[in-house]
Amino acid sequence: MGHLGYLAVLVGCLVAALWLEPVLKVNVLRRPRRLLLTLLPVAIVFVLWDLGAIAAGHWRFDPAQITGILLPGGLPIDEVLFFVVVPVCAILGFEAVRAVLRKPAGDEQ
Amino acid sequence: MTYTVAALLGVAVAAVIDLWILRTRLLTRMVFWATYPIIITFQLLSNGILTGRGIVLYSPDAIIGWRIAYAPVEDLFFGFALVLLTLSTWVWLGRRGIQRTPVAGEGSRLLKRIKP
Repeated sequence: MGHLGYLAVLVGCLVAALWLEPVLKVNVLRRPRRLLLTLLPVAIVFVLWDLGAIAAGHWRFDPAQITGILLPGGLPIDEVLFFVVVPVCAILGFEAVRAVLRKPAGDEQ
Repeated sequence: MTYTVAALLGVAVAAVIDLWILRTRLLTRMVFWATYPIIITFQLLSNGILTGRGIVLYSPDAIIGWRIAYAPVEDLFFGFALVLLTLSTWVWLGRRGIQRTPVAGEGSRLLKRIKP
């Protein structure tokens, strides 16, 4: 897998969740503004956590298995994509469960 | 601060945001707890690959040392905080009227067939 190892895991996550959009019509991607407004603050908060963790030496990344594109602070772009992909998959799953169970989540009319 | 402390703090902050700041109260809702087992299954799988293959490496000094499917137990808390903050923000935006529709399932023929 080499340098695409981390990215391959992210693609796997997307493949596991994206089918919910056309098949169950969870309509997450059809609400792009809401999606973007969710992703932005979440990604910022977790990128900051990540930068702190890298600086504190909590974790590091195998240079042979990431793209090698590093942002300031030594943050791999792979890791930034993680904070986009995982929230997208979580929302897709949440909306799918909601569509099937028809239980309230608190944002209904 | 160790990763152990940071991860527990992350869960606490996400819970405070959900319960008292955005007041989405997902932690009290059935739909959240029905979703979470699905999410954690995929998290254990993907995180297991990331940690099992050594793509992400942890300092032994930063973690308590308990591992589940190769991943440090702290990652479960980290993931919980990430997912809760995401879903709380998503629901909060919907409640404020930002693209509340089209609702999930609207226009799905499959759903109509299994749940008429």
